[in-house]
Parts: sequence; C-alpha cells; structure tokens
Amino acid sequence: MIPLVYLVTKAFDVEGTILVENLFRMRNVKLFLNTLLLTVGVLILDILLATPAAWLTTHAHLRGKRVFSVLCTLPLAIPGYVMAYALLALGGNHGIIASLFGKSMPRLNGYWGSLIALSFYTSPYLFLNLRTALMGLDPNLEESARSLGYRQWRVIIHVILPQLRPAFYASGLLISLHVLGDFGVVSLMRYETFSYALFLEYNAAFDYNYAAWLGLILLGFTGCLLFLETRLLGKVLLHRAGHGTTRHRTPLPLRKWKTVGYLYLCILFFVTVGIPALTVSLWVFKGFEVSALNDLFESLIGSIGVAVPSAVCCAVLAIPFAYVSVRYSSRLSDILARIPYVVYAIPPLAFALSIIFFVGSYNTIIVLIVACILHFLAEAIGPVRSSLYQASPHLEEAARSLGCSPVQAFFRSIVPLLTPSVLTAMTLVFLATMKELPLTVLLRPVEYETLAVNVWDYTGEAMFAQAAPYALLILLSSAVFIGSLTRTE
Amino acid sequence: MFYNRTVLSNYLLLVLLFLTTITTVNAETITLYSGRSKSLIEPIIQQFEKETGIEVKVSYANTTQLAAKLRTEGEKSPASLFWAQDAGALGSVSKNKLFTKLPESILNKVPKTFRQSDGYWVATSGRARVLAYSPERITEDALPESIFELTEPKWKGKVGWAPLNASFQAFVTALRAQVGEERAEKWLRDMKENGAKAYPKNTPIIEALAAGEIDLGLPNHYYLFRFKKSDSKYPVDQVFFKANDPGNLVNIAGIGLLNSSENKETALKFIEFLLSSKAQQYFVSEVFEYPVTEGVIPNPKLLPLEELLKLVPKFNLNEMDDLEGTIKLLRRVDIL
Repeated sequence: MIPLVYLVTKAFDVEGTILVENLFRMRNVKLFLNTLLLTVGVLILDILLATPAAWLTTHAHLRGKRVFSVLCTLPLAIPGYVMAYALLALGGNHGIIASLFGKSMPRLNGYWGSLIALSFYTSPYLFLNLRTALMGLDPNLEESARSLGYRQWRVIIHVILPQLRPAFYASGLLISLHVLGDFGVVSLMRYETFSYALFLEYNAAFDYNYAAWLGLILLGFTGCLLFLETRLLGKVLLHRAGHGTTRHRTPLPLRKWKTVGYLYLCILFFVTVGIPALTVSLWVFKGFEVSALNDLFESLIGSIGVAVPSAVCCAVLAIPFAYVSVRYSSRLSDILARIPYVVYAIPPLAFALSIIFFVGSYNTIIVLIVACILHFLAEAIGPVRSSLYQASPHLEEAARSLGCSPVQAFFRSIVPLLTPSVLTAMTLVFLATMKELPLTVLLRPVEYETLAVNVWDYTGEAMFAQAAPYALLILLSSAVFIGSLTRTE
Repeated sequence: MFYNRTVLSNYLLLVLLFLTTITTVNAETITLYSGRSKSLIEPIIQQFEKETGIEVKVSYANTTQLAAKLRTEGEKSPASLFWAQDAGALGSVSKNKLFTKLPESILNKVPKTFRQSDGYWVATSGRARVLAYSPERITEDALPESIFELTEPKWKGKVGWAPLNASFQAFVTALRAQVGEERAEKWLRDMKENGAKAYPKNTPIIEALAAGEIDLGLPNHYYLFRFKKSDSKYPVDQVFFKANDPGNLVNIAGIGLLNSSENKETALKFIEFLLSSKAQQYFVSEVFEYPVTEGVIPNPKLLPLEELLKLVPKFNLNEMDDLEGTIKLLRRVDIL
C-alpha cells in the first residue's frame, strides 16, 4: 500500500495544465499503441515457443526431460538488455554472422527485434507455469473423454486446454507486465513504447510528479488486465469430482516424431540460451583483465544472499494468497489475491523511492530482501494457484473426517500436492532476483555487490570483456540452483 | 519428503549469515554516493584509502537515481559526498539546498569554468562531446564541420544520437544557451525530420557505427577508447567540430559536500585528493578524460587541455542547470 500512497501524493503535486499538456499528447497515444502491439506479439510468440516445450518435457516419452526443463528455464537468467546486446551483435558489418560466414546481415531492430528478444527471455514464465499445470493433469479425465469417443485433437481442445487456463492467464499477466515495464530491450532495439515515457521521467526530469501519473496509468492498465483475468477465470473448478486416486501417467511414445521432439528442444535451447551465452563468451576476448575477477565471488554470494531468501519467502507466502483465491472465491478474495500483481506493476524505481521515503535508509540487507519479496510475490502465485485448482477439496475433507485439525488437514493433504508448484515458484523468483537491478541498486547496503549490478556497471562503460564473467556466472549459478530444485521433484 | 533437508539448512545458514552483516561505522569513514561507475573509479578510491587510512564506503548507482535518492532522504541521508556524472544532477541537488558550500582553498584549485559560481560543487574531470564516424564509409575531409550541417539531405537517416541520455540533454541545454531557443528548436526539428536515429546511450551509437547502421554519431569522447583498447582496428573514429561549435561541449563530472555529512573535514580531504595531480593524472591516463587542473601530463590519445579549450563553445557552465527547459523543448518537438 505504501508505494501507492506515495504515487498518489506525488501525483497530486502537479499543475493541471502542465499535466494535460504532458499526458494527452499524440506521442503518448502512439507509445501506448506500440506497447499494445508488442504485448500481443510477445504473448503469441511465447505460446508458440513454450507450449510444445512444456508438453514435450512432461507428457512425451523422451529421455533427459529434467535436463531439458532446466535448459528451457534458463533464458530467464539472462537480463533483457544483455539478450538485446547479444542479438544485436549477430548482425551488421562486423557482426558474428559476418565474421563466421563472410556475409553480413542487417541487425535486428524495431518491432521484430524487440519482439524476438522479449519473447526469448519471457518464454520461461509460460513454460514453467504450463509445465506445473501439465504435471498435475489427471490422466483419467483424458481417458474418460477418449472412451466417450473423443478423438485426440478434441481431447486436447475440450479436456486439456481448459485445465491449463489458470496457467495461461497467470503467465500471460506476468509476460504482459514485463513487456509494459521493459526499457532495456526496446531502447536498444529502438522501438518506442510506454516505458520510454516512464524512463524519461525517472531519469531526466528532476521532479517525479508527472512520473507518478504515468505510474498510475500503468497501474490502471494492470487493473484492467487483472479484471479481465478474473472475469475469464470466473469460478473454474478443475479438480476431479469423483472418488478414486490419480494414476501415474504413462508418457506418450512419440515413435517417429521422437527426433522432431529432441530437435525442437535443442533448437529452442540453442536459440534462446546458446546464442546469447556464446556472444557473451566472445566478449571475453575483447581484452579481458584478470584483476576484474576480484569481486566475482563476493558478487556471487551477494546475489545468492538476496535471491535465496526472496525465493523461499515468496514461495511460502504465495500459498495463502493462492489458497484464498481458489478455495474462497469471492469479490473480496479476488481483490486480495491480486494485490501482489498491482505491487508488481509499480515501476521498481518508484517502489524503491517510496520505501526510502517511508522507511528511511538503513544499511542492512533486510530492506532489500523485503522489497524483493514484495515485488516478486506475483511471480510465485501463478504456479501455486494452478496446482491448487487441481487439488480436490475432498482430500482435505477426508483428512478432517479422519480426525485432523483444519491446519493439519491442509499440511498433510494439500501441501504434498503443491510441492512441484512451490519449487517452480521458487525458481521463478530466484531467477528474477538474480538479475534484478533497480531495487538492488538503490536499496542495497553500501558496498554490497551482486552479479547483476556488475554486469550493468561494466556494460554501461562499454567494458564488455569484464562484464562477461559476471553474466555467465548468473547463468551458471541459476542452472545449478534450478537443477538442484528439479532433483527434489 | 518434499524439501531436501540439507539444501534447506544450507540456505538458512546463508540467510542468517547475511542478516548479521550489519556494518559498523568508525570516525575515519566517509560515505560516498557515486554516479560514476565502479569500474572507472574504484582504483583511485583504493589509492586514497591507502594514502590516508580513511575508509570510503561507496554506494554506486545511476547519477540521476542517486540525485532522486538524495532528495528523498533529505538531511537524513547517510551520505557525506555526492559524485555525479553530469552537471544537471549536481544542479538539482544544489537547488534542493542539500550541499554545503566548499571552502575557497578547494574551489581555487580549478579554473572558474569548472566550478559552480556559488561554490556548492566542483568539477573533477571533463568529458567532451565529439563527432564519431565510420572511416569505412566516409573520409575525414567529407565530414561536417558543424552540427548545423547534420541536417543536410546528404546525411538523411545516417546520424545517430541519444536523446534520453543525460550528456546529450546537457548538450541541448548548452545549445540553447549558445544559439538561443529558436535556433535550437529548429535544429532539433530538422534533425528529426532528417531521420536521426535514437539510441539509448553512447555505447550503442558506436556499435551501430561499426555495424553499418549509421555513418555519423554524437557520443561522448571516451567510449571509443574502450573499444579501441581491445581492438585497435575497431572501425570507428572521432573528431571535433570546428572551433566554438556547440557540438564540442565539454561536460563535467563533479562532486559536492552534503549537509548530512557528519565528518565534513574528512570528506573534504577526499575532494582535495580528487583535485590532486595524482588523481587528475589517473583520470587522464586511465579513464581517458580531460583534467580540470593544470600540470597533468596529457594523454597522447587526447588533445592537450589548452587546445581543447580553444575548441569548446563559449558559454558558462552555470547556465547548464536549466535541464527542465531542455526536457520541455525535447517534448515539444516530439523527440521525447
């Protein structure tokens, strides 16, 4: 709530005429339309990229599904602007393609450049949410449908897809909010969106009143998205109605399509992680100095020190939010459950400044961790919610009838079912915090170092060689973390 | 079994470790908010610590964000000093009356052009605006001599600039001061009309020049040296415009003493050190910036200070604090 109060008080400090002049310009309308186009494009491309991957790594009979799952999650560990730099480095007269094949390609830019870069690094949101939902699907339902004479494609449309709705909506929201807030990618690709206006206000203008208005517009837009999501989701009931237990699913043999499946996953990985990682590795050859490695370990510890507590706390806090919205669906609970998304949509800079304004500056890491938890809670809710939809309340009722208290019943019947989704939630928040910038930069204690801050610092001064090890270490440590989580699945 | 117990306990241990790292403050410590990036200034800060035994705790962030943070914290800020990347941010902190006046002994170390007239902040190094170009596509004698030639049809769609960048905005502020509001507005409109491409920062301008996306660009002077350092054949070069052209603006990085400083004497020692010949030499030799004091051995890659001063546009740095007017203008011509 505090950041909201901050935004509103700032917003009311502004002169009416100037506001109208600044706010209702043709340019803002154009920026808004651009943003909308980009959001829709990214959503479509993400669905095309992530849905097959999520299905292949859960339901198909393939080897190394766990490894592929980790690989499909990794694009999230690449900061957006690094992704953009990497894609830009491919084309052009002296680009990587030109030096490999001797023929230069034009560089990616504008709408398509932004679309590709943003889709690549946001696709794991959809992938992870879908994967959790797919893992929780009850195979009996599909079998019943088939036994009733449904063909495979009708099973997919009428049985499987409806069950994935909460996952699609939750990740769609996150992806839209990312596109709305992204400045790093669109500015490097030279495609002007709403975040241009916001960036200008927060980085050039020295009073933040007009910026507060833009922030409120962004929140209004988020509110519309949330309303839409609530309406679309309605009162879905996805758990099994009858008795009996869920069987383990037998993975679908792909037969002659197997190669295609492997090929798809490999290409997806190569394009979304391989290419950026290779480009960043090539930076090392631009005159690397070993002295830059002094802070590497310190920064790694610094990053993990924020990311791990944030990930754990968000995942745990997500459970009550998701539980209330799924089990006690009412207008009040609908609103309550969506507050984290509103917080998520507040421009991080405004969020950080409001914390400084109301709490003051303390030289401790706790402020930063709490800020990260509040900011990233929204990312954790989606997966937990979609697996709660699949968990039958009858389980709790049964546990109660066997003499458990409500709390006991929850912990013994529901929590075990939530495990995969809680782990997914932790993954999402961990990755987001590893590359987080605006909050970390303003709220970290003096001399506290993280990997992401170093990548930003060095790339900002065109010292790409020095930035490379930090960027690669974000990728590597994220892979290790996700890997260790999936092992417990 | 739903959490791996050892993993969990390891995490908890890590968390505890971090919660206990609350730093202690001793008398010989100063806290610096630095808008200059760590990669550039850490060596010189370490040098200061080694020589004086004073510990400098540095909070690095973007210059404008730090200015915002300072205005939000007000007199309660933990910081003693604010070292900024450009004059606009220093001006905004100074307007909010958060700076303490610097003593004459420090102000007198630099020429009048390199300090605020009321003495609230002082420049620590100079950063010049230049014309960068692609030698693969343009010969040096075909280059425009003034920013006003960039609006000619032959450069249509071939020029890159960074309107969101603070150093570009400082240049526009200077342009307005030098040639007047009307001519500045016309130039901006003509540039936009001529298809100038907007990049977010200086570095992408130089990369776009190498990639063949543009032929001319308006960045700060020192970024190219970083590219050349790793690849001496990097296909971009840079020159100054003719003498007194607005395009040759020398912007500054500068520092001010905050009212919130608990230890002003110690903090002043740091400013003094930055103006010493040792620190100035470091900026010139390692960061490729221009010195603000005399008696520094020039970097062979840079013009000597006297030559540079002959090229720069004639106007006063104190007129540089009307950033608001610049933003208004850039909005009016729909560039921002």
